[in-house]
Amino acid sequence: MESLRRLLALVVKEFLALLKDPKSRTVVVIPPLFQTLVFGYAATFDLNNVPYAVYDEDGGAAAANLRANIEGSPNFQLVRSLDSDHDIPDLINSRKVALVVRIPPTFTRDINDNKAVVQAIVDGRNSNTASIVLNYLTEIITSFNNERMEQRGQSPPSRLAPRAWFNENYLSQWFFVPGIVAVVTMVVTVLVTALSVAREREQGTFDQLLVTPLRPLDILIGKAAPGFLIGMAEASVIVLLAVYWFKTPLRGDLLALYIGLVLFLFSAVGIGLMISSFSVTLQQGLLGMFIFAVPAVILSGFATPIANMSPAVQYLTLINPLRYILIIIRGVFLEAAPLRLLWPQLWPLAVIGLVSMVMAAWMFRRRIY
Amino acid sequence: MSRADLEVRGVSKSFQRSGRSIQALDNVSFSVSRGSVTGLLGPDGAGKTTLIRIAAGLLLPDAGGCSVLGLDAAAESLAVQSRIGYMPQRFGLYEDLSVQENLDLYADLQGVPKTLRPERFEDLSRMTGLGPFVKRLAGRLSGGMKQKLGLACALIKLPELLLLDEPTVGVDPLSRRELWEIVYNLVQERSLTVLLSTAYMDEAQRCEHAVVLYEGRLLGQGPPSEFVEAARNRTFEVQPSGPPRALQARLAGDPKVVDASITTGCVHFVTAKGVQPSALDLPVAAEPREPSFEDGFMILLHQARRAEGTHLEQGAIRRHPGQAGESIIKVRGLERRFGDFYAVQDLSFEVGRGEIFGLLGPNGAGKSTTFRMLCGLLPPTGGRLEVAGYDLRKAPSKARKRIGYMAQKFSQYGQLSVRENLRFFSSAYGLAGKERKDRLAWALNALNLETSADANAGQLPFGVKQRLALACALMHQPEILFLDEPTSGVDPLARRAFWRRITTLSEQGVTIIVTTHFMEEAEYCDRMLIMMRGRLLALGAPDEIRGDAASIEEAFIRLIESRREAA
Repeated sequence: MESLRRLLALVVKEFLALLKDPKSRTVVVIPPLFQTLVFGYAATFDLNNVPYAVYDEDGGAAAANLRANIEGSPNFQLVRSLDSDHDIPDLINSRKVALVVRIPPTFTRDINDNKAVVQAIVDGRNSNTASIVLNYLTEIITSFNNERMEQRGQSPPSRLAPRAWFNENYLSQWFFVPGIVAVVTMVVTVLVTALSVAREREQGTFDQLLVTPLRPLDILIGKAAPGFLIGMAEASVIVLLAVYWFKTPLRGDLLALYIGLVLFLFSAVGIGLMISSFSVTLQQGLLGMFIFAVPAVILSGFATPIANMSPAVQYLTLINPLRYILIIIRGVFLEAAPLRLLWPQLWPLAVIGLVSMVMAAWMFRRRIY
Repeated sequence: MSRADLEVRGVSKSFQRSGRSIQALDNVSFSVSRGSVTGLLGPDGAGKTTLIRIAAGLLLPDAGGCSVLGLDAAAESLAVQSRIGYMPQRFGLYEDLSVQENLDLYADLQGVPKTLRPERFEDLSRMTGLGPFVKRLAGRLSGGMKQKLGLACALIKLPELLLLDEPTVGVDPLSRRELWEIVYNLVQERSLTVLLSTAYMDEAQRCEHAVVLYEGRLLGQGPPSEFVEAARNRTFEVQPSGPPRALQARLAGDPKVVDASITTGCVHFVTAKGVQPSALDLPVAAEPREPSFEDGFMILLHQARRAEGTHLEQGAIRRHPGQAGESIIKVRGLERRFGDFYAVQDLSFEVGRGEIFGLLGPNGAGKSTTFRMLCGLLPPTGGRLEVAGYDLRKAPSKARKRIGYMAQKFSQYGQLSVRENLRFFSSAYGLAGKERKDRLAWALNALNLETSADANAGQLPFGVKQRLALACALMHQPEILFLDEPTSGVDPLARRAFWRRITTLSEQGVTIIVTTHFMEEAEYCDRMLIMMRGRLLALGAPDEIRGDAASIEEAFIRLIESRREAA
């Protein structure tokens, strides 16, 4: 009873220390909201208004028709029409355009023989953008072809009828926004936890805490609680933003989502405590947070698929808690995945949480003096 | 009068701190003549550092101005800075560079020509005694050595005016003495002009001119002898038959007495104007004594402020069971090793219940290490120790309820208010309900914290912070109170008040373990332990330690010097 009261006092103190300081209060509230909004709009695979140039050497009706098709697409934005191939390198080198469509002089003539060729010159510096640009162009050419065939009373021999499940309109916002819930929550939680002990050490208050009857385990729990609770609140706010602001469908079970979040936050808090156990100053704590967070985000499948990574790195991602929670959150949001389907993600998360907490407790105990 | 190298004319400066305006300096004027040493004295927060920074051209005054070597410090700050040496309180030594590399760096920064350097370095290392340590990392030097290196860096270009901001704070008496010798040699050999701030009264007496600041105002200035004269015929000493502490405490609480302190087993006191010692109802007749600078300073300060209520009423702490005199702390063969360095070695002592026990020693002697081991903050690498029957490091949390701890630095939560701090620490010690409420009320009342109860602790003046720290340590009525350098950076008046509280606590049966740099404070201890290089140098009551030396400080320096010779 008495030790419970002591623990409660410690948790209250941690919250007061965090929230009464205008600076740390701002850090907990503003950047996460800001990041959610910015990432929500900025992080997308969709390309709109790709700047491109046309070099039409043909000038015939068919060429004009094709040009109109490209111009009419919301994905493309015509920057210039060229009169010679002389200007092409400049335009691409200076990134004024990402694509040059070159229609050869024989285009209108060849098209009736079904052997017309259109050249696409793409800026390949960002391979991801380049392939997306080409996809858009391919789609336009395909529909252009189909149109021509229909005009001749023909139809293509076969046709693809795609139907996307879960994200019916291929909106990459639907893919990213749920991911932001995990990434932002992790950063805030690790930060709050990692800095709380470092702050005490730096300000010299830690010794004062150690001579009180509070046991190391009490202190550990007291330090873990604010990060955990703030992470929970943060995650809930971002989930609300995702649903009501970004209109991302939340199709699954909230219970499954929160079970995942609880396990995930255990790992985040454990990692934060580990960082704090070896940082003596705030600066070291901050550095430790970055050393952990940057690779954790990159190797999580947040933006790039884990399946595309080299096998060794793929194994490394197995200890990354972010990897599992991303699948869980996306699963709950878009797939309405039930708890039993999420089990393969939940148990590794629980193991990582347990291991990181135990390690944190061990390191804390060892480094406490 | 010779030419003034520094002239301060009506300088005022205020700072904004979280909406409140703090008047750091209020219309201060004085001058420092060439080739003299001027001391800037005053308690913490008096404005000493602000004044020195304005003189160095680092801060702009709100009103008034400083002329330094004939230049205006504000308008021509770069020209001023190229001709002065300035050593801030925490000198910017690069701890990961060696002594030589630090010197080279500052020589580069100040543009000392390469051809002049060997001679300057030679000169400086002779003066400071840093010669044998040039290859050592600055971070590995002792506190005193660091200050000497800082001074050497400030002197690298042979400035015309030297500004030193508390150069001797936190430095042991021996190193202090050596620093002063360096400064005096410079003044004599190179007719350097020096302005230095200090909290040590005995240092003021070494200056040719003293300037006393208090809360930004100039309280007085003149040769130290003038301050001494102001106290003439008002200073007395009395040697009671019993321990002097009780009498000192009584006199200090008497409105007819300006100041009372303990020196060499006697109670020294200064009476209020026109009061004869016969009016004080003394047990033994008082003898007149020669006044000192400190007496004059205390009179000035006493006029400037009404003393805060300093008494902890009886019953502040419940009496603890147990016999007075039984050993409450037992240390046997204590050892602490860091790598192959022994911070503490073969240390044995016992502390009796209700004693005030002092831990003394120069920087790096191992007293802080010992202190931390006693509190359970640092595991010993050898030996045994028992505090109230436990090794606190392994003790159940219940055992820690029996001790109170006050760190050297302010260690309460700066973002929390006074009340929130008290609430947290009382709950951390398991107080609840009515008991907690009562103790909270007691702490706010007994330690004069009511007016600042809802202010954020981090923004309080130093003295209030210290009272808060003491309150937090006393919430749970501990049997043993650990105090780590509780009075460093505190002015003499507040220091007296602090000791009066400690004395009251001790009368109520609390055992007190205290580390201190101030040798005069050793006089308040029942017994003390002097450490040197991790080992016990002397252990005993003040009288025994003092022996035939004039003061504890003298005895201390003798002991250390004899040990250094032996080594």
